[in-house]
Amino acid sequence: MSRVTLRLSGLEPLIVTPETNFVNVGERTNVTGSLRFARLIKEEKYDEALEVARNQVEGGAQILDVNMDEGMLDGKEAMVKFLNLIAAEPDIARIPIMIDSSKWEIIEAGLKCIQGKGVVNSISLKEGEEKFIEQAQKVKRYGAAVIVMAFDEDGQADSYERRIEICEKSYRVLVDKVNFPKEDIIFDPNIFPVATGIEEHNDNATDFFRATRWIRENLPGAHVSGGVSNVSFSFRGNNPVREAMHSAFLYHAIKEGMDMGIVNPTMLEVYDDIPKDLLERVEDVLLNRRSDATERLLEFAETVKGDGKKQVKDDSWRKEPVAKRLEHALVKGIVEFIEIDTEEARQQHEKPLHVIEGPLMDGMNVVGDLFGSGKMFLPQVVKSARVMKKAVAYLLPYLEEEKRKNRPSSILPKREDGKPAYQTADPMLYRRLKEFVRELKKKETLAESVLWERLRNKQLDGYKFRRQHIIGQYIADFVCLTRALVVEVDGGIHQLPDVAENDEVRTAWLEEQGFSVIRFTNDEVLADIDWVESEIKTALQKVSPLGGDLEGARKVLLATVKGDVHDIGKNIVGVVLACNNYDIVDMGVMVPADKILDKAIEENVDAIGLSGLITPSLDEMVTVAKEMERRDMKLPLMIGGATTSRIHTAVKIDPVYSGSVVHVLDASKSVPVAGELISKETYEEFHGRTKEQYAKLREDHANRKQVKNYIPFADAQKNKVKVDWDTKEFAKPRQLGNQVFKDYSIQEIRHYIDWTPFFNTWMLKGKYPAIFDNQVVGEEARKLFEDAQRVLDEIIEKDSLYANAVIGLYPANAVGDDVEIYTGESRQEVLKTFHMLRQQGKKGAGLPNLSLADFVAPKETGKHDYMGAFAVTAGIGIESLIEKYEKDHDDYNSIMIKAVADRLAEAFAELMHEKVRKELWAYAANESFDNDTLIKEAYQGIRPAPGYPACPDHTEKETLFSLLEAEKNTGISLTESFAMYPASSVSGFYFMHEEAKYFGLGKIEKDQVEDYASRKGFSLEKAEKWLAPNLSYDI
Amino acid sequence: MATKIQEALRERVLVLDGAMGTMIQRHSLEEEDFRGERFKDHEHPLKGNNDLLSITRPDIIREVHSLYYDAGADIAETNTFSGTTIAQADYHLEDAVYDINYQSAKIAREVADEFTAREPHKPRFVAGSMGPTNRTASLSPDVNDPGFRAVTFDDLVRAYKQQAEALLDGGADILLVETVFDTLNAKAAVFAIQEVYDEREQEWPVMVSGTITDASGRTLSGQTTEAFLVSLSHIPLLSIGLNCALGAEQLRPYLQTLAQKAPFHVSAHPNAGLPNEFGEYDQSPEEMAELIDGFLSDNFLNIVGGCCGTTPDHIRMIAEVASKHQPRPIENLIEA
Repeated sequence: MSRVTLRLSGLEPLIVTPETNFVNVGERTNVTGSLRFARLIKEEKYDEALEVARNQVEGGAQILDVNMDEGMLDGKEAMVKFLNLIAAEPDIARIPIMIDSSKWEIIEAGLKCIQGKGVVNSISLKEGEEKFIEQAQKVKRYGAAVIVMAFDEDGQADSYERRIEICEKSYRVLVDKVNFPKEDIIFDPNIFPVATGIEEHNDNATDFFRATRWIRENLPGAHVSGGVSNVSFSFRGNNPVREAMHSAFLYHAIKEGMDMGIVNPTMLEVYDDIPKDLLERVEDVLLNRRSDATERLLEFAETVKGDGKKQVKDDSWRKEPVAKRLEHALVKGIVEFIEIDTEEARQQHEKPLHVIEGPLMDGMNVVGDLFGSGKMFLPQVVKSARVMKKAVAYLLPYLEEEKRKNRPSSILPKREDGKPAYQTADPMLYRRLKEFVRELKKKETLAESVLWERLRNKQLDGYKFRRQHIIGQYIADFVCLTRALVVEVDGGIHQLPDVAENDEVRTAWLEEQGFSVIRFTNDEVLADIDWVESEIKTALQKVSPLGGDLEGARKVLLATVKGDVHDIGKNIVGVVLACNNYDIVDMGVMVPADKILDKAIEENVDAIGLSGLITPSLDEMVTVAKEMERRDMKLPLMIGGATTSRIHTAVKIDPVYSGSVVHVLDASKSVPVAGELISKETYEEFHGRTKEQYAKLREDHANRKQVKNYIPFADAQKNKVKVDWDTKEFAKPRQLGNQVFKDYSIQEIRHYIDWTPFFNTWMLKGKYPAIFDNQVVGEEARKLFEDAQRVLDEIIEKDSLYANAVIGLYPANAVGDDVEIYTGESRQEVLKTFHMLRQQGKKGAGLPNLSLADFVAPKETGKHDYMGAFAVTAGIGIESLIEKYEKDHDDYNSIMIKAVADRLAEAFAELMHEKVRKELWAYAANESFDNDTLIKEAYQGIRPAPGYPACPDHTEKETLFSLLEAEKNTGISLTESFAMYPASSVSGFYFMHEEAKYFGLGKIEKDQVEDYASRKGFSLEKAEKWLAPNLSYDI
Repeated sequence: MATKIQEALRERVLVLDGAMGTMIQRHSLEEEDFRGERFKDHEHPLKGNNDLLSITRPDIIREVHSLYYDAGADIAETNTFSGTTIAQADYHLEDAVYDINYQSAKIAREVADEFTAREPHKPRFVAGSMGPTNRTASLSPDVNDPGFRAVTFDDLVRAYKQQAEALLDGGADILLVETVFDTLNAKAAVFAIQEVYDEREQEWPVMVSGTITDASGRTLSGQTTEAFLVSLSHIPLLSIGLNCALGAEQLRPYLQTLAQKAPFHVSAHPNAGLPNEFGEYDQSPEEMAELIDGFLSDNFLNIVGGCCGTTPDHIRMIAEVASKHQPRPIENLIEA
């Protein structure tokens, strides 16, 4: 063996020979490069920090870069602590350490901790030769290799000449004066970004390449390293281009002799797989082959952005007229040119609004038609919506400008508080008008006072009306300023006697100011005030705050109700409606009834859509409906979400609200439903039809119910699962109590994902992976799947989601239908009690009335049995991801990230269950199933979740969470409805015996509810509330 | 001196001596032997502190060196395996550390010089033995606190520096960092040695010998043989090798690795087999010599000797075998 090879070591050697080609340095254990790692170190979560290191090693890092240079840290202490901890982890300590710091004292402290031969990153001539020599001598003495930055007292080398000058000087000093082993010298000749638009940067890559070659040819033994991702800095956010650039850069740099570097392996395309046209442009830039290289790559980059690695570019559509281009962009979901095209369209149209109403809406109509006819799929439609939103966002400033222009200027001064001038009176006439108003009020007609009784105190859908209000030089009988609606009752004199203008002139002026005017005769008011009121309501719905009839833009408010957190479905409905020309007000999750209704009034929406995933949300929807009735609102109400049903809507919600209530099965149904509900032509008919249908459903439901047979609770208890506990084996968990798993490897979790439900979320029906072969949706499913993989890669690469879990395994015995959890094996002290429910339907011969309690050995058997509990989440950190996408109007990725996080949470639950079966509880230590079998749940034991069919009472989660200290241990919290937040979370129980099976509770009778209530210490009413969906009787 | 030993290494396989502890045990020494006059009032028991005998029973140590040189050893190791403040802390004898090392080196030096004078064609050398101490710099003694360290790099550098100075003052030709179970300890020793050389503006050859603790083929601190080699290659060593813990037979694959990869001379001083059920090493001189004959035939070694359980009889047989073989040739030898 020759000494002119760089040899490093951790617990194992790393020999860098010419055949090694390239040594990859893991970079995530770097506080300056990874926010997450920085946070873990600051919070002294060293266990989790070690996981980051472990993931790097497992991911193929050959050297581990450790950097603790952070202002808020004691870098030296953190370095020592972390390196000492790494030394105790043989699977991490396996590879050499790169001690990375700009502070010499941290480097030296690190060198004192590593038994292997590591690398110092870095030293340079920055502070002069003397310091450089001193540090190099120390590095040599500690037995490490060294990275030398091309940096000297005059600064960082940024040209070929400076690079070789500094490297040569450094080399000579190291070799001649320090006698530093040549092969232990690694130069970092500075990788700088290219295609920045600054001409001086055009040679950044070629200078690096040339310098690399020069170093390898002229400085024997020395190596060349660098941080590759710098080169593509100008293309942040465009991973296909960045990946291609990294790959091409490495290809050339390695050819020139670069043999080490910091590269994120997930940000690297295979060189041969780079599309030739992209490669050509990337290499044009890297090699500075043509003067327009940057422009050409930038231009090309737009077309590959976010569209995966294999996109074939076809830009013939760019030659079409602008309207066609907009349509194409909308249908294909291409955002790249949307602003340019929107601008072009804006210049061609008289008003910016016309761009929306014209080409953009036309395009969306095409999308809607294609979707309606099944030629487009939801993921594509969501992408279309993203394009639409971008276009509208671009036009927004022009729309605002337009509104400003249209505001009356005439004689009305602008008020200091910025409110539109027309809200106040003509100042010159004000005094006189005011006196006149006083007169008028005294002389109020009967009709006026009758109408005022209906309008005052925000009685009318919460709108504030004023009477005898001065506007300009006129006096309006009644006005709602927020809606700019003037109501006049005939017969009154509406102006100063000496200002003799007729009604038409006055109306024209008011309308010019943005008001709508609606008139009634005295007779109409006195004869049918209800009709008048409903006309005013209708008028209120129709006018915008700035006046004008906006019949086109129908508005739907969407909200996930109080206590519930799940919103993927709601978002999808929002997107689908938006694609069909609806204006969406999305209030997000956990929205209380009051807020929903106030907002509905404030935004003057045309319909409200409520969403909910968990059963308590059904009650909350009833609450919202009742409140709407109380407020005498007329808005149509749409109900949707996983637990909602047509029958529930018919039985529970429809009867409490006289307005229209419709259950919407899924997003695709939301369009026709909203259409019929909102359109004036169809509303009456539709309203009548659904009311009738739901009444019929209620009737059928009531009748059917009586047919179903139930047995007394006492009998059901006697008919429990027969288990011969005497012959049972009771596996004792290896460790009792709670075990916490923080920041579990997403990489590991992803292997457990069951993809079929993911496609269901996106309304693509089919089983994974057969779905890819489906003639209709196969292609779209594949694209969607690829995007999901990309999102997963990104999550892993950027450490943007954390998965935490807590597992509790406890001594337990059943006592009646309860399961007691004990503090210890002595089983003297009850720690918690879980209350289980029992099926009460009449069963066929030999079939038991199941309860989860049957799956744990009863206390009286004297057997030492156990039960487990778990809570896992894969959603920690999701808010900032979503926020980022929402800010960018990117519903597609926002929904995608939620859908992926949901899958991860389920996968994590599956993974932990396996871990429990095989390791922690180890009752099936030898089990070996592949993922498909896992998905089919062929293993022994179950993990039912409170709130779901076997144990539908969500309140048990409170006990579960307190047992597991789940909030502290995982970051999952419970809402007042016992939904878990973040939504991408799963919790439940573990039962191990082979008899344990999933089942649905079905309906239960009052005798059991009474028993359950007394066991839980609930009032009957409270128990009935939480068990409402499972009651066999009406409450 | 460096030149002389390198010359010798070019010509032949050099023989290191055998166990010191085994020879001392033969004398069945009692507490008072260890204490002698100087430490008779020491507050802590001293029995078992073999290094101390260089001060309190120099006659015995002198005799052991004589026996080994007589058996054919070229290099004797000083009786200083535990001669650091860290190891002597167990006996509360930190203050005696300099004297222990100085006296040990001096005794070996005197015996070596006698033999060299008698047999000028076979110069005898003294290797100052620097043991691993009883603490590990890269492992925590507390399983519940893996980040804890009972000794730091700086502590070790301080202790080794003092030992190296005393050994050189007493006349050692070579410094032998041996029985390395934690490479970070050895790196500290080598660091300390370089500091001493800097200060004295003179360098002496350095030998390093690691210990493979079990069949996993790793050091106690987890390194493979090659990683161990790489981690200590930053100074030009006279030799790198393995000693203790295993018998010659078990050392074979690891010695082979060193023989293939080390740019230095390679040494081995194995135990006399693996301990039997009484904890005794009972491999006969013949058996051991035969195994070593195999190593030498395969060109594994430049220096060979014995560790635990070996006696002058073992060394005599080994020396005989060694004389029949050519030393391992070294490509790209880094000369010390």
